[in-house]
Amino acid sequence: MTAATESLTKPIKAAPIGGGGNAGRDRFSWGRGLKYLALLFFLLIVLIPVYVLIVTSFKGTGDASPVRAWNLPLSWTMDNWKEAWTSLSPAIWRTVQMVVPAALISSLLGSMNGFVLARWRFKGADIVFTLILFGMFIPYQAVMIPLLKLMQSAHIPNGIPSLIILHVIYGLPITTLIFRNYYMSIPNELIEAARVDGAGMLRTYASVVLPISIPSFVVVLIWQFTSAWNDFLFAVFFSSSQNGPVTLALNNLANGALLQNYGVSMAGALLASLPTLLVYALLGKYFIGGLMSGSVKG
Amino acid sequence: MPRNLRRWGPPLLLISPSLILLGVFVYGLLAINAKTSMTDMHTAAQTTGRKPTSFVWLTNYGDLLTSPDFQHSLRNLVIYTVVFLGGTMLFGFLWAWLLDRPVRFEGVFRSIYLFPMAVSFVASGVVWRWLLNSNQGENASGLNRLFQMVGLDFLQNNWWNNVNYGIAAIAIPAIWQLSGYVMALFLAGFRGVPEELREAAKMDGSTTWQMYRHVIFPQLSPVALSAVIIVGHMSLKAFDLIMSISKPANYQTKVPAIDMYVFKSSFNYADAAAVGVILLVIVAVLVIPYLVHLNRTEKNA
Repeated sequence: MTAATESLTKPIKAAPIGGGGNAGRDRFSWGRGLKYLALLFFLLIVLIPVYVLIVTSFKGTGDASPVRAWNLPLSWTMDNWKEAWTSLSPAIWRTVQMVVPAALISSLLGSMNGFVLARWRFKGADIVFTLILFGMFIPYQAVMIPLLKLMQSAHIPNGIPSLIILHVIYGLPITTLIFRNYYMSIPNELIEAARVDGAGMLRTYASVVLPISIPSFVVVLIWQFTSAWNDFLFAVFFSSSQNGPVTLALNNLANGALLQNYGVSMAGALLASLPTLLVYALLGKYFIGGLMSGSVKG
Repeated sequence: MPRNLRRWGPPLLLISPSLILLGVFVYGLLAINAKTSMTDMHTAAQTTGRKPTSFVWLTNYGDLLTSPDFQHSLRNLVIYTVVFLGGTMLFGFLWAWLLDRPVRFEGVFRSIYLFPMAVSFVASGVVWRWLLNSNQGENASGLNRLFQMVGLDFLQNNWWNNVNYGIAAIAIPAIWQLSGYVMALFLAGFRGVPEELREAAKMDGSTTWQMYRHVIFPQLSPVALSAVIIVGHMSLKAFDLIMSISKPANYQTKVPAIDMYVFKSSFNYADAAAVGVILLVIVAVLVIPYLVHLNRTEKNA
């Protein structure tokens, strides 16, 4: 995981361009030109929805004509943003209250599991690990009906409390995976040294392992934050628009009204995506780290 | 005994909370769900226990799999998966290949190709619903209007409102969101090929294309496998995008996960549970061989 992450986050050194005559160099630059053209073309394609989101979110009702669909706004207005903020801000606040504890708890548990599975080679450890991993792949539809009943009979209120518990539990496989892979890579001597000093497993974990796990914690926290923030499936089954997270509120805002107001829903979509986009922009390196470990590669 | 406790106690203390939780919430619930799927719990009165339910073995599965309605969902799921997988693999691979050798502004390209991954399906559904508007001609907006503007009028179509292949249109936003992820995987694969191998190929006088074809591409197959498994299992669970773009009541774009939600909403818990099991089986067929394979390669390493 770490090697893959590094290769992505560090620009690789420019390889010296091989010598050769003028002809060779000419052909090379033609190829280069085409390559940049292709890269730019795809860049534009990927950015089309962003253009639409931003431009439409600033359009007023006078811009409704389909002829003006791709034009810039006639006059830029903040009305859509104000309306979207009024209707989404309570849900955004609830989502923060959901995501922070969910990410923290599942990371801590994942780190404990990862440590045990990486360092304590008991018989059947691989089977236990595979069974844990499988929890990451199951379609949650296959547990949803009894899960609804279980949460009801345990009297856990719908909305944020239910969702925190679910994000913690169903986040465990991926957090365990990332930490296990990380702990497999730390040198044995570090652990041995602590043991020679007479520290038991728990003390080794708390005083030696935890402090060097900070980078992994950042990766895992970001991963859990993003997936809980963007979750829609659990939100639909375990909350309503009055007590649910922002994905649910956004979906209601966009599809609830009889006549769709695209300006407001696009402003809302941008508002709902800002936190994860901000994390991506500021901590992209760690975000990619999480993506890579999601590929289950050791 | 105390010695055993000292050896087994601490690791068990650390790991048992998670094992118990996953045991109950994954494997326990899977078992209960399988049981529910074999009952006749099709009404609200039965879900609350006011009316009795009885055990009907595999009747629900038989009914589902033979109903044209559910077959339509399965067919949609296949189309969606083929388009989604094909699209993400194609673009992901192509972008990674373009970025393999040093490129100016590599970071910019990479971050922009990858950023849709950070956005929720629901949020991207909002804009894609607009882009995939089915109006054509004078009333066209969205992509159809864009096609007119650049002179590609013939590309106009009614997207997810197409009766037979509407579901393929829903795969377009999914491709937009996940191609960058596949690119990141492939890029890590490209960068993982030792520089010496490239050098050696050049020494042997192979052209750039030959080097890629015979030296680098073969090294990428484990990455390609991971990508197929990850995108494939996401595709089988397709739900969010459909809920936000075409809504669950839309026949053209329904898939099993949507059926499950509709069954649950009408308190038909038995069929909802059965659809869950069917999805689980499809995912397991894909994922279990992969997990076993990983386990083996890790041991050999």
